[in-house]
Amino acid sequence: MPLHVAVATRAFKRYSTYVGATLAGIFTNCVFGVIMCFVYLEVWGANPDAGGYDAGDAVTYVWLGQAMIMTVAVWGGGSPDDLAERIRTGDVVIDLYRPVGILGWYLAADLGRAAYHLLTRGLAPTLVGGLLFDLHYPADALTWLVFLAAIPIAVTVSFALRMLASLAAFWLLDDVGPRMLLGFAALFFSGLTVPLVILPDGLRELAMALPWATFLQVPADIWLGKRTGLEVVGGLAFMAGWAIVLLATCAYVLHRAERRVVVQGG
Amino acid sequence: MSLIEVADLRRTFTVRRRVEGERRKQRTEVEAVRDLTFAIDAGEMVGYIGPNGAGKSTTVKMLTGILVPTSGRISVAGVDPSRHRTALARRIGVVFGQRTSLWWDLPLHDSFDLLQKIYRTDPARHRANLAEFVELLDLGSLLDTPVRQLSLGQRMRGDIVAALLHDPEILYLDEPTIGLDVVSKGRLREFLRALNRDRGTTLMLTTHDLQDIEALCDRVIVIDHGTQVYDGTLAGLHEQGGSHRTVVVDLVDEAPPIEVPGAVTRRVEGPRQWLSFPTDASAAPIVAALASSYDVADLSIQEPDIEEVIRELYSRPRSG
Ligand SMILES: Nc1ncnc2c1ncn2[C@@H]1O[C@H](COP(=O)(O)OP(=O)(O)OP(=O)(O)O)[C@@H](O)[C@H]1O
Ligand SMILES: [Mg+2]
Repeated sequence: MPLHVAVATRAFKRYSTYVGATLAGIFTNCVFGVIMCFVYLEVWGANPDAGGYDAGDAVTYVWLGQAMIMTVAVWGGGSPDDLAERIRTGDVVIDLYRPVGILGWYLAADLGRAAYHLLTRGLAPTLVGGLLFDLHYPADALTWLVFLAAIPIAVTVSFALRMLASLAAFWLLDDVGPRMLLGFAALFFSGLTVPLVILPDGLRELAMALPWATFLQVPADIWLGKRTGLEVVGGLAFMAGWAIVLLATCAYVLHRAERRVVVQGG
Repeated sequence: MSLIEVADLRRTFTVRRRVEGERRKQRTEVEAVRDLTFAIDAGEMVGYIGPNGAGKSTTVKMLTGILVPTSGRISVAGVDPSRHRTALARRIGVVFGQRTSLWWDLPLHDSFDLLQKIYRTDPARHRANLAEFVELLDLGSLLDTPVRQLSLGQRMRGDIVAALLHDPEILYLDEPTIGLDVVSKGRLREFLRALNRDRGTTLMLTTHDLQDIEALCDRVIVIDHGTQVYDGTLAGLHEQGGSHRTVVVDLVDEAPPIEVPGAVTRRVEGPRQWLSFPTDASAAPIVAALASSYDVADLSIQEPDIEEVIRELYSRPRSG
């Protein structure tokens, strides 16, 4: 455990050296947040209870989405990208001959990165959004707590998906294909462009069952109080379930990779 | 039973190649290592040499368990490396000359701390080892420097320390002196010799610098095209190569190839000529003959060069 804490801390520190990139990123998040708010307000003006959200829920959803983009790494990135690069260059031999599992190591690093992004690219735009718009906040301390607990689970689900794409590099030496596929899936199913709750019947049920629903929709519903009592527990269980299934898949693929795959370079 | 045992080891890679006239890439098998058999005892320092692409790194990867053999058996410290990679990792150290096991964004000191956590080395043991190695390799002033700011030689020394902090019984070094200057090479060799002498660490060293081998290894294994072509002492390698000593003669004037009994002229460059004669023969009669029949301005005798011996070994037709 102390090792993984150290790994996470290092990742946090590593990202914290890019101050310029962070500030630019926060600015971008704010601009996008404002634009999306105006679009959403237009939509909810015409349709005041779309998806069971009111206008205040909708703008809050926008800022939660901006906070999650980098934290959950919706569009990819984070430690799985490092791994893909190390597979390509053959540096992965260094990871392989160490007496620690690759999966735990990279997960710890990604959680460290996510913590940094949550505190910067997550928090700052939300504060700005709160100044500019009338946002809804969790009703009580317990809801805050549950929401905060949901974030690392969402990061883990996203991590496992990104990791699967990166592990493909062991076979393909190139993870561009799998990554593009993952990006497309996130575009439609993460709820970042359109909340999953306003999708038409059928499509909505499908989207709500897929792992990308853990990125934003489920945590947002917890924040907004759309889930109460057992529904909150169910939401967390749904997220944890995907996290476990996907991590197990990663572990299996990694095991296969280690057994039969070729490490590049002399 | 030896510490490292390798029997009938084979590893093939499947590569896809574009073949002219064919639209699809064709799969071909590359035999990186074949029929390799050797054993290394605890405390030995073995040089593992061969030309580029001979299969050295492939062998080291299989010995560490990173790469699974196509066939054959390996036993390191009593276990099959690829099946017990993690358990074995605590007992071996590896230095890949072209790669680093340090973290480019961390100061050297933090990298070492992280390694202590990775290997769960006893903290007191870790501190003692660190102090000793840092002293011996003169890294004290660099501990706070981020790895990306280290020179190649400094980083290499850092990597050697990194590989040794958990007290490994075996140290594999894959081209550890690549890119180092003469002084750094000398210091590194000195360090490795002391490591072997004082701690009994078994060393397997892959290199293209034959002076590394001459300075460190009593035993050499030579491989070429994946097969072992020699396994024995360094002295034996000289004999096996049928090596020669060389007389370098500077004549006062240019002349046709010299003819003296007992020596053969190999090379002529202006007034300078190279004559070779068997290692076990005396140089005296040859020098005397030269002096009596030619106008000699200067003359020197070169001892057999291991590089030449190995070149000869490589260029020999392989059987089978
Ligand atoms: N991942 C791989 N895929 C295909 N062929 C490979 C792979 N790794 C090594 N080979 C082939 O196996 C052979 C042995 O390679 P290896 O890296 O073991 O050589 P080496 O003795 O370490 O050479 P060098 O002195 O250049 O480091 C070479 O022909 C190489 O092309
Ligand atoms: Mg090599």
